[in-house]
Amino acid sequence: MKTRPVGRIALALLVLIGLSACGPIEPWVKPYERDKLADPIMALDGDAVSTSYIQHVYEAREGARGGEGAAGGGCGCN
Amino acid sequence: MLPAAAAAVTKEPVTRMSLRRVSLITLLLAMSASAFAGVLPDDRADVLYHLYDGGGVEIDGPSVLVRKKVGKSVSVVGNYYVDMVTSASIDVITTASPYTEERKQWSLGADYLRGNTTMRLNYTSSEESDYDAETIGFSVSQDMFGDLTTLTLGYAVGDDLVRRSDDPLFERDLDKQIYSVGLTQILTKNLISTLNFETLTEEGFLNNPYRSVRYADAGTALGYSFEPELYPNTRTSNALGIRARYFLPYRAAIEGEYRYFIDTWDIEGHTASLTYIHPWRDFTFTGKFRLHDQTGAHFYSDLFSRAQATNFRGRDKEISALTSYTFKLKVAYEFLNDDGNNWWFLKKGKISASIDMLRVDYDEFSDLTALAPIGSEPLYQLEADIIQVFVSFWY
Repeated sequence: MKTRPVGRIALALLVLIGLSACGPIEPWVKPYERDKLADPIMALDGDAVSTSYIQHVYEAREGARGGEGAAGGGCGCN
Repeated sequence: MLPAAAAAVTKEPVTRMSLRRVSLITLLLAMSASAFAGVLPDDRADVLYHLYDGGGVEIDGPSVLVRKKVGKSVSVVGNYYVDMVTSASIDVITTASPYTEERKQWSLGADYLRGNTTMRLNYTSSEESDYDAETIGFSVSQDMFGDLTTLTLGYAVGDDLVRRSDDPLFERDLDKQIYSVGLTQILTKNLISTLNFETLTEEGFLNNPYRSVRYADAGTALGYSFEPELYPNTRTSNALGIRARYFLPYRAAIEGEYRYFIDTWDIEGHTASLTYIHPWRDFTFTGKFRLHDQTGAHFYSDLFSRAQATNFRGRDKEISALTSYTFKLKVAYEFLNDDGNNWWFLKKGKISASIDMLRVDYDEFSDLTALAPIGSEPLYQLEADIIQVFVSFWY
């Protein structure tokens, strides 16, 4: 199967540029309405050191990998 | 290499090899979109002990992660991770010798925040007796639409060196590249979602230098013999993952996740999970069920018809058709609350413990230790417990 990853990234960049030209979009969830989203139980990357470790185990035991982002903000932990 | 490993004439390091191969992936995962980019991550330290025990393999060790802001717009992070491996897995006892091994990995990274843009740079180095890996990654996150949307573009490159413990002249390269796009979207006051797409390309020595495939051989008492496996030199995979977490009408959360995976080896996978998070006083309880199903690589066979039957051949159970199930239980206790009353310089403290009970049913990988007649061996089944205990401090 042929894949063109660079083409996909370029397409994503074009979409980003296109979105930025659309003018301001009013946020439909105001900052003061995000208290529940700010609750620690809603943190997608609550314990990065643990999440990365368990993903590391799965990648060693299964043939699939990737696509499970949001494991943390910049840590290279494994 | 530890003495026991040095004594092994042939060893079977699929665990270590596989772990090494994923370091680039975990690097990118770690650099993916966080829920609220535009804000630097909290200053935090984690000390984790991990234990994997199952299928004759025991892997344990520490992981220490420290993150600290430097000024108002930079956050630096460092991680030190160790795997201590003792392996007498089904692969090892079938074709090689049990071994012990140690792998050490460290990484350094920095986040730079400017306006609504966060740039991340990360470097990871991993070393063991017969495998070295270096990876470097860069990503950019941009908050948009009143911070409801975060778009992240990432790129990472890896340079691995594969060796053999029993052949000092053996050295092979493996180059990797990952391209990723991540989108985190606040959908409602109670619902947040993420979409991640990753392409990983690998070129070089992809098979395990110790692994063998099985082929029918009427001239032997067992009816089969082994020969070295031979993988293609390239592999490209694509993964698309979607995830959503919802705040329930009472204080608890539920999360659903799905991932579709496909690669040029004809492995196609579906992964789904459901998580429930329930806080109670200073405790937080988490339960999760995960299901993964995949097809096998086109060059995989449990039993080849003869020696050198195909151009490429492999019998790694990880690339066979399989279904895995995991049930996770986790409890966290916050012993130092974030209520403004610091203890020394610490704002908050938490201790967490979890167990993941993993079961893997292989559809085409026979258990040769059963010593059944050729062709009628039972299928292998792996069961493992994965335990984590860690302490986290915020400062």
